[in-house]
Amino acid sequence: MQKTVFLGTLAAAVGTAGFALADAHEGSTLAQVQERGSLNCGVTTGVPGFAEPDADGVWQGFDVAVCRAVAAAVLGDPNAVTFVPTTGKTRFTALASGEIDMLARNTTWTFSRDTDLSFDFVGVNYYDGQGFMVPADLGVSSATELDGATVCIQTGTTTELNLADFFRVNGMSYEPVPIETGAEAVQQYLAGACDVYTTDRSALAAQRAGFEDPDASVILPEVVSKEPLGPLVRHGDNEWGDIVRWTLNALISAEELGITQGNVEEMAASAGDNPEINRILGTEGDLAAMVGLEADAFKNAIAAVGNYGEVFDTNIGESTAIGLARGLNAQYTDGGLIYSPPFR
Amino acid sequence: MGIRGATPMATTTEQAPDAGGGFRLSQLWYDTRYRSYTFQLIALVLLILAFAWLINNAFNNPVLQEAGISFEFLGAPAGYDINQQPIPYTSQDTHLRATVIGAINTLIVAFLACVTATVFGVIAGVLRLSKNWIVSKLMAVYVEMFRNIPVLIWILIIFTVAANVFPAMADFRIPRDGSDPTRTPVLGMFAFTNQGVFIPRLTFDGQGWLFLAIFAASVLGVFGWRRYARNELYSKGREVPVWWPSLLILFVPVIVAQFALGQPVGLENPEMGRFRFDGGFLLRPSLIALWFALSIYTGAFIAENVRAGILAVSKGQTEAAAALGLRPGRIMSLVVLPQALRVIIPPLISQYLNITKNTSLAIAVGYMDLTGTLGGITLNQTGRALECILLLMAFYLSFSLAISAIMNVYNRSVALKER
Repeated sequence: MQKTVFLGTLAAAVGTAGFALADAHEGSTLAQVQERGSLNCGVTTGVPGFAEPDADGVWQGFDVAVCRAVAAAVLGDPNAVTFVPTTGKTRFTALASGEIDMLARNTTWTFSRDTDLSFDFVGVNYYDGQGFMVPADLGVSSATELDGATVCIQTGTTTELNLADFFRVNGMSYEPVPIETGAEAVQQYLAGACDVYTTDRSALAAQRAGFEDPDASVILPEVVSKEPLGPLVRHGDNEWGDIVRWTLNALISAEELGITQGNVEEMAASAGDNPEINRILGTEGDLAAMVGLEADAFKNAIAAVGNYGEVFDTNIGESTAIGLARGLNAQYTDGGLIYSPPFR
Repeated sequence: MGIRGATPMATTTEQAPDAGGGFRLSQLWYDTRYRSYTFQLIALVLLILAFAWLINNAFNNPVLQEAGISFEFLGAPAGYDINQQPIPYTSQDTHLRATVIGAINTLIVAFLACVTATVFGVIAGVLRLSKNWIVSKLMAVYVEMFRNIPVLIWILIIFTVAANVFPAMADFRIPRDGSDPTRTPVLGMFAFTNQGVFIPRLTFDGQGWLFLAIFAASVLGVFGWRRYARNELYSKGREVPVWWPSLLILFVPVIVAQFALGQPVGLENPEMGRFRFDGGFLLRPSLIALWFALSIYTGAFIAENVRAGILAVSKGQTEAAAALGLRPGRIMSLVVLPQALRVIIPPLISQYLNITKNTSLAIAVGYMDLTGTLGGITLNQTGRALECILLLMAFYLSFSLAISAIMNVYNRSVALKER
């Protein structure tokens, strides 16, 4: 009896796994999204400025804007997005299983994720680096003084590995406190259950802005890693990858070329002097058709969320509570790294 | 499942139709001797087909085809740190070692929780039958409250309380102006902080093994003395004291050894460092939350098992024992509990299994158990979901079967011996 029960259980377990695997891959992602009429986009469970529901329950943020831009390009409606909150641990499974069509969840582009995990990063929408936040009254001014400290860390992220490397290379010890989500980690940090909270500096700034007393915490100067954050899709459906990649590039090019949410309709009304603007907005050539979209796809994306600079400024820029400077994320023409290949 | 369950039916069928006639195909349907086999065969074929379909699906999955199934990642460096390390570990060790550490951590918290849950359960179960109204009602409240709220909630409650109610670690730090810290450890030994409870640690120097050997011999000596006392009682009717000689045997030799060998065993107290206590032993909030929550939660279930076991012993037994002049305490320990154990043990086994499986809720508080290492960080960093989950299932299955096996041996030893 025991054996048969065991076999039955095994069958059920294998069955569940099988269904999950079987569901995912029928037809191209583009066809699925169009048929469904909405885009399933994986985001964080809540990082202010990057992805968080506002008071009305509408998702807002820097990463959310990428989802909305893709939805606008593919479906013509920036609100045709089903946001799927994912944790650091569940995000890759959600994408690999087909539960979400794309992941825009400040995820670091790394070699093994791009290759071994079978995903494709379509670009970088935020150049970040890992930093440390400590209470000001701890009297620490450099991360190299943290020998023996208790460090809260979001588990299942590259920050976990960077942290281990940083302390090992500097010959220091620490007590890791692994936490499932950023919000819980902040709770633990605020309660004093850990002395240090480490994650990407953008997220540190974002969360610090939400503290009751932001000045009681300081972000240490050290940047211990390169964290190029960008949206990603499943490896294998290159057409879909192209769509997401060029939607992001359209937002970036729009800023470079001076297309804004305000003037996009006007510019798209008729072909102008600048052929690249014309190609992006679909008034010249048929670039959008090459990736299977309507001619006005990229125009819709820009009209929905604005250009890259506008997205940055409204969600995480210096005028917001999060107050991030453009820094590395300025256009290459302004000394930053944000650079789109030409629309040609 | 049906295959075994239905077999007896086939053998106990009364109607055997014509004895002389040969086997006809219609008998597969109309003859109760064969019908069960027909159904079992159909069920078996369906089961195999379902399996084949699922496995075929899995192997045709593009992601799986791309990556293949491989356990080679277990040999690669893990790259992450683990806070609770029962065996030495650095981030440069392999995923396999991290997995083993996770497995040991699972067993540690499962063992601790099983022991304390049993203690809570037995106490609450016995007291719930108390004639004292307040005591019995208090225990009823305990049982109903703890077993009717999900254990995950209890884990989170205790974890949050530990982080917010215990004194902040900052209070123990030596202020930068060199003045005295706000708080110091109790007796210089125990520090209850929101980063965990620091307790002294035993240290052994060169002759520590001799000390341990003497201690082990003392423990054996105590068992020997108890056996001697029982033999005296049964064979000669002489009552030999047990308690104070046991204490003497247990403590005198080790105390003598401690001084004779030049204090081989020391106590390392937690000392304040720059950020937290160095030395001593740290009970992390995650361990405390998980251990305590599992104990009180499962203890409530065990209390009910114990109560049921005691109530299952007929009242006549108690009355007979009382008629023989036994005091209430002895009636419980000599007459009622030994008989009640037969009823208590089997459900107790499933409670132990529940504890072991529920330790996987460790993930909620970041306790680095098997689910946290293999099923959490390793899975996430390597992306080998299928392999990790298969391994995870294999680990938990073997833990559970091992616990069942051990407890079944014990169950057999207390079961009613029918001669």
